[in-house]
Amino acid sequence: MSSHDHHTQGHGSGAHHELSFWRHYVFSTDHKVIGVQYGITALCFLFLGFCLMMMMRWQLAYPGQPMPVIGKFFGEAAMPGGIMLPEFYNSLGAMHGTIMVFLGVVPLLVGAFGNYVMPLQIGAPDMAFPKLNMASYWVFAVGGIVMLVSFFVPGGAANSGWTSYAPLSVIATMGQTLWLIGMVFLITSSLLGSVNFIVTIIQLRAKGLSMFRLPFFVWAQLVTAFLLLLAFPPLEAAGVMQLMDRVAGTSFFMPEGLVVSGVPSTVAGGGSPLLWQHLFWFLAHPEVYVLILPALGIVAEIIANNTRKPLWGYRPMVYSAIFLGFMSFIVWAHHMFMTGMGPTISTFFATTTMIISIPSVIILTALVISLYRASIRFTVPMLFALAFLPMFAIGGLTGLPLGLPASDIPLHDTYYVIGHFHYVVAPGTIFGIFAGIYYWYPKVTGRKMNDVLGKIHFWLSFVFINMVFGPMFVQGLAGVSRRLYSQVGYAHGEAVQSWTITSSWGAWLLGLAQIFFIVNFFMSMRAGKKVSDNPWEATTLEWAAPSPPPHGNFTTPPVVYRPPYEYSVPGLAKDYFPQHAAAEA
Amino acid sequence: MSTQTLPYTVHPHPVTGIYSGKFGTWLFLASEVMLFGALFSSYVLLRVGAPEAPSPLHWPSHEETHLSWRIGGFNTLVLIVSSVTMVMAWASLKMGDFSKGRRYLWLTFLLALTFIVVKLSLEYVPKLRGGYVPAKSTFFSLYYTLTGLHGLHVIGGMVVIGYFLGPGAALWKRDPEYYTNRIECTGLYWHFVDLVWIFLFPVLYLM
Repeated sequence: MSSHDHHTQGHGSGAHHELSFWRHYVFSTDHKVIGVQYGITALCFLFLGFCLMMMMRWQLAYPGQPMPVIGKFFGEAAMPGGIMLPEFYNSLGAMHGTIMVFLGVVPLLVGAFGNYVMPLQIGAPDMAFPKLNMASYWVFAVGGIVMLVSFFVPGGAANSGWTSYAPLSVIATMGQTLWLIGMVFLITSSLLGSVNFIVTIIQLRAKGLSMFRLPFFVWAQLVTAFLLLLAFPPLEAAGVMQLMDRVAGTSFFMPEGLVVSGVPSTVAGGGSPLLWQHLFWFLAHPEVYVLILPALGIVAEIIANNTRKPLWGYRPMVYSAIFLGFMSFIVWAHHMFMTGMGPTISTFFATTTMIISIPSVIILTALVISLYRASIRFTVPMLFALAFLPMFAIGGLTGLPLGLPASDIPLHDTYYVIGHFHYVVAPGTIFGIFAGIYYWYPKVTGRKMNDVLGKIHFWLSFVFINMVFGPMFVQGLAGVSRRLYSQVGYAHGEAVQSWTITSSWGAWLLGLAQIFFIVNFFMSMRAGKKVSDNPWEATTLEWAAPSPPPHGNFTTPPVVYRPPYEYSVPGLAKDYFPQHAAAEA
Repeated sequence: MSTQTLPYTVHPHPVTGIYSGKFGTWLFLASEVMLFGALFSSYVLLRVGAPEAPSPLHWPSHEETHLSWRIGGFNTLVLIVSSVTMVMAWASLKMGDFSKGRRYLWLTFLLALTFIVVKLSLEYVPKLRGGYVPAKSTFFSLYYTLTGLHGLHVIGGMVVIGYFLGPGAALWKRDPEYYTNRIECTGLYWHFVDLVWIFLFPVLYLM
């Protein structure tokens, strides 16, 4: 390493130098390599989380029947005779949520897109702290491995839901301990990342790139980083306390006089199970905005590019994102209307919840108005971005009844809630992620993904994802609880069992539709059409760098002259005016 | 490796007036405030929710906790002095006196070590031997979690200071200003760790 330091002393940005395989691809400090590492790891976790859910869907649709083909591989402890045990179902449920949120979506939005695109969009040679960036990826990887290992310990992985409510989680099997340790790693990783993101955005912007010339995606990343920085530590504190409860026998979250399976608990008691819920949701509500803001950022970039117009209402969108960030810290207890907090506190949180819907609606409305009278290019990323808008709207609007105590009480913990938040994060955020992958793929590889396969992937995904989540509203309104191992055997559940089966088939078909994406993703690396540095004729700075950008990113440090989305400027020959172009050539 | 080519690692940004490392340290401390804030909030909630005296779950008085304010007070003093020596180390380096700065760094390190040794030998070990384990009551759950997490922060600080006394000291020869900045950031963290203890001491020993 010391000889290496010698080597790099005083090299200019963009200078080429030889790196060993390990330093180049594994322990790299280049934000682009780290972004790709995050992306690939998180896509694998996303797929794993999806597989867990597809298995659960079998049990829900055909309870008590042996799972075809794969059922026999899971052993007697999980699926005797191919029939899923309730404990295993609970593990799958808890780990589906955990993996999707903490190991799939957030690492993709922030770790992958944030890391790769943000420094390019602000014209920086790298992140402010490259070594910290590398550390954040490796800490994340350790957290992921701990979560994976937890499947193989006695009793299986964590099975108290992704929310890990006490006291159930405190008395749960060993998997929960590993879940907590894994979470501490993931929280540390996101802490390192968020510090890095904020410092980079504030300190390393190119000359002329004032805050209000930043692409909306960068603003979304900045607000997200603040949420991660400030909301995650309370969960870390709560995680440490739950770990103490489990390992050292303390009773932070354990009440007195608890009886478990007829046996009185021996802990001292005096703790509060509700304390866990408060600390958990203090993180987990801002986390919702961590899941959606960067996706909104991606969609905004793509809409501006494919409508060939400046975004309508850029400044209100930025102010809304900031306001959303602040508000997200004072709405958490709307997840807890059922806990008997009393009408005064419930009213406060219902009010803040109604207020926080306003900035979300402003951003969405601005994006919809941006489409008005545009000559839209229906590229694959644009299709996903366009589908994002109504899907996110359905997710948001179905949330309103859940934000008010009176209507929340009958809907709480039913499939309605599952339908609501999945519309936000699945056809919402995950469509945003697909849009981003199709959009920035040419920057990362220098090649475009196949259009036909992309369109097939889009249309199939769009139809099937609604087939998965639409029926959940019906089930939820019928009163089916989200935690049920099987709704068959309950009169109200059997009445809507056909919807459950529809939903399950939707999930499996959605899984098959992803084959078009996976094939396209790998095939295009070698066989995709080679494209120029700026194939979408975009204005933002990442397209000023070569594709793929070299170490140090830009051949010459860019200078910015204008706002981010100068499309169709009257009087110019071309319909786009890049941020870094001094004057039209 | 490419850090040398990044701007504002050593000199402040002309607009924000701060170099990146210091900015990052402040952000890190903001998240630390949230971490300890959550723990202190839990303390308040659990204490307010505890039943009154005849109940076995009541909040213990000073006599019942057997925590000595003298030992806690001594450790408070140790940490406050270590904060002063930390500032002296940075000020000496800022004035270009490496050996003086180094002496103050050593002093800070030894004071931190004193804190840990006192904490372990006079408080933790006798308490644990006497049956005052974390599982005993909500108070001791909080006591061990809060002071344990704080103790880990002190040890973390010692690791960082130790690094700049040992292998990290080579940076002084290459770029004294860079080295001084890093000591400044270490100092910011160190003052924060002291500050947490200044809250912990009255909350656990006096209130």
